[in-house]
Amino acid sequence: MADDPATAVADDAREDAHEQPAEPELLYGAPVTWMRGQQVIHPSRADAKAVLKSARDDGFLMCIDIAGVDYLTFGERSSAEGSERPIVSPTAIPVDELRRRRSLPEGITPDRFEVVINLLRFADSSRLRVRVQVPADDPTFPTVTDLWFGADAMEREVFDLFGIEFTDHPDLSRILMPEDWVGHPLRKDFNSGRIPVQFKGDPSGEGS
Amino acid sequence: MAKEGGLLDEGLEGLNHNFLTGQLENLIKWARYRSVFPATFGLACCAIEMMAAGGPHYDLARFGMEVFRASPRQADLMIVAGRVSQKMAPVLRQIYDQMVEPKWVISMGVCASSGGMFNNYALVQGVDQVVPVDVYAPGCPPGPETLMHAIMTLHEKIKDGELTKRRGAGKGAGLVIEQRDGQTGGGRGLEQPVLLSRS
Amino acid sequence: MGADGSPAAQTFEGRQEMTSAALTSAVAKLRESGAVMRMTEEASQQVQETFDGDPTGDERMIMNMGPQHPSTHGVLRLMLELEGETVLRVKPVIGYLHTGMEWTGEELTYLQGPTNVTRMDYASPIFNELVFCLTVEKLLGVEVPERATWIRMLMAELNRMASHLLFMATNGMDLGAVSMMLYGWREREEVLRFFEMVTGLRMNHNYIRCGGVAADLPDGWRDHVLRLLDMIPPRLDEYDTLMTGQPIWRDRLQGVGAITAEECVALGVTGPILRSTGYAWDLRRDDPYLAYDEVDFDVVVGTYGDCFDRYAIRLNEIRESIRIVRQVLDKMPKGDYRVQDRKVTPPPRARIDESMEALIHHFKIFTEGFKVPEGEAYCAVESPRGELGCYIVSDGSSHPYRMHIRAPSFVNLQSLPHMMHGGLIADGVAVISSVDPIMGEVDR
Repeated sequence: MADDPATAVADDAREDAHEQPAEPELLYGAPVTWMRGQQVIHPSRADAKAVLKSARDDGFLMCIDIAGVDYLTFGERSSAEGSERPIVSPTAIPVDELRRRRSLPEGITPDRFEVVINLLRFADSSRLRVRVQVPADDPTFPTVTDLWFGADAMEREVFDLFGIEFTDHPDLSRILMPEDWVGHPLRKDFNSGRIPVQFKGDPSGEGS
Repeated sequence: MAKEGGLLDEGLEGLNHNFLTGQLENLIKWARYRSVFPATFGLACCAIEMMAAGGPHYDLARFGMEVFRASPRQADLMIVAGRVSQKMAPVLRQIYDQMVEPKWVISMGVCASSGGMFNNYALVQGVDQVVPVDVYAPGCPPGPETLMHAIMTLHEKIKDGELTKRRGAGKGAGLVIEQRDGQTGGGRGLEQPVLLSRS
Repeated sequence: MGADGSPAAQTFEGRQEMTSAALTSAVAKLRESGAVMRMTEEASQQVQETFDGDPTGDERMIMNMGPQHPSTHGVLRLMLELEGETVLRVKPVIGYLHTGMEWTGEELTYLQGPTNVTRMDYASPIFNELVFCLTVEKLLGVEVPERATWIRMLMAELNRMASHLLFMATNGMDLGAVSMMLYGWREREEVLRFFEMVTGLRMNHNYIRCGGVAADLPDGWRDHVLRLLDMIPPRLDEYDTLMTGQPIWRDRLQGVGAITAEECVALGVTGPILRSTGYAWDLRRDDPYLAYDEVDFDVVVGTYGDCFDRYAIRLNEIRESIRIVRQVLDKMPKGDYRVQDRKVTPPPRARIDESMEALIHHFKIFTEGFKVPEGEAYCAVESPRGELGCYIVSDGSSHPYRMHIRAPSFVNLQSLPHMMHGGLIADGVAVISSVDPIMGEVDR
């Protein structure tokens, strides 16, 4: 990070010519889609780290945001009659349709979780969104804190709210919820139910 | 010029300065409600309005209230200004317990009073589940005027209420405080999802 | 255990709290340092050596600051490791105001959405509504009428003023200039009075709606704004007299909490903190939204990246905002204040009385809400604290499937350990104050 952000962009963009998109559909080796004028790339989880590294070397010096999405009940509310939706019910939409509705390119299998990383390039104010599918039976993702230190808190937040583990994250702990909280509240199958007031010991010793 | 006989000869009229008489209880209440020290317990949006109430335009000092104490041990009024999260609730209770008796609580804003619009996993649905509340101030956020009204209501309450009010320590507002052991429904009879209100 | 048989992820690995140096292994400390403090190789080597020294003889102590502390701007909690008065390690513990707004945002319709997000950053609510509505409009593909755009700019810039005035007040109070607290509030009240006139509320306005704004500006708004613009600049000059040139103020702030542009970029820090390092990055200029490319203003930058620069930047940004507002007043176009698309905005009140169809549309919009096509979008605006972004995934229904806010304070808070490291604890208060975190936004 010693380079000045602006100049580093210009230099690296020239040098890494081999990483320039070979054909229009690929960027850093990942398929590209355009969504409302915004560029989105869809690397697989195995390639994600390499793709992100090329993106950073190509001038995306700031990791703006990391968000998790749980696609468990995607599309049910829009197809349901009323506005109420079941908290848990397995999705019954065919894969092809789901891929279309989630605006994923061909060849990417829609999985339950998605890690969405927003990157920013200062040189031309361009933004890049990286959407990576994360399967439900193995909710892990390689950490990007070694590429962008600022991803630290964001990854902790995604871990806290979605339970996606960032492997090799230096300090993966809950950040928003109490550390002894059970469950990951933004998962669609998180049962809100009735929420009792929690206490780990009433200081006066007479409560609970 | 003092009178010769003074109190012995002329009774109370012999006093050469003003005085008033009254029941001790009333005097104590009078002194109390004129010197309520709030603790700075700003949580969210309402804290900004609470600070605005202490600011120059609304001037809370008129009611002998402007001294916000940073330490709960020097305060006797806790204005719970804002939403209380599950993580904050134990802290809030601890601060309440650190305050000396007699102490009062104003629940400022709908989030503190009932959870407000945030009917979800993260918020305590009403701070009265954690500490006993004397006055609820409605609004989201309540303007400084509403807060002042709440404070005046509390003043009235102190003035007209019992001198010694004792609540069982740790009893909250008579509600049972439960130990949390998980939200995922495992073995707690929560398998049936309770649908929270949806529009 | 997930419903589809997926294993629940491990509940927690690390602890949120800090343990004392004597009880923490060197590896853990390095890991923490690497994550939080971003040291150079030599510095971390040095830290390791210090840590591996005699743990019994040291004078270190772990101190807990917050979450209920007058100078932590709400419910920020810091675990500090001190040696005497010198701060060695800092770990911010957040989440004490976690409101689950992203969850609630998925339960509310797009029409109700601004009500929810406006309560995140309660010092600059207009920006939250703005970024939410910009994202929804991007998904909808609607064009907002010109007047609505300019009204949004007017409100946003006035809100920036109010927010920075709040910063002036709290920054002054944190550093002991208590009269500044009163002055800051006095000016902020004037701005809030205009907001109350336009939106009906002092805070949490819910004024900017998808497709425009909730209501047109009321009669006499121009005079009110002009009065505001005439009143505030002389008072800013008063602040200059009171604080900027004052030796005590400068001593407290200059050189305290310095950070470099590279560190800011690596940490994702935006807004006045990034600009204080001399890196001129302002989304209003570099990635224009609304009509910021049609107004003339300067991006204020600092030089040293210290607390004083951040204070001075905010003070001068108020002046720049005044400049923008003056141009907005000149250029405010006539026209509609919201898009007349009956699928997105409710029909005018007068038509409801006449037309059954309008009544039905009105009813449907407020009960079911409008449907947004499938897709996802990210939009960002320059809030007073940095880049405020909103990421929405729509599944074609009237509720967002996922609503995520990229909160500038949340990310900026990561710079705190770095800026406080090696300083005195009293300087730490200045650093916290100069980051200007709004905890409602940090925890959401």
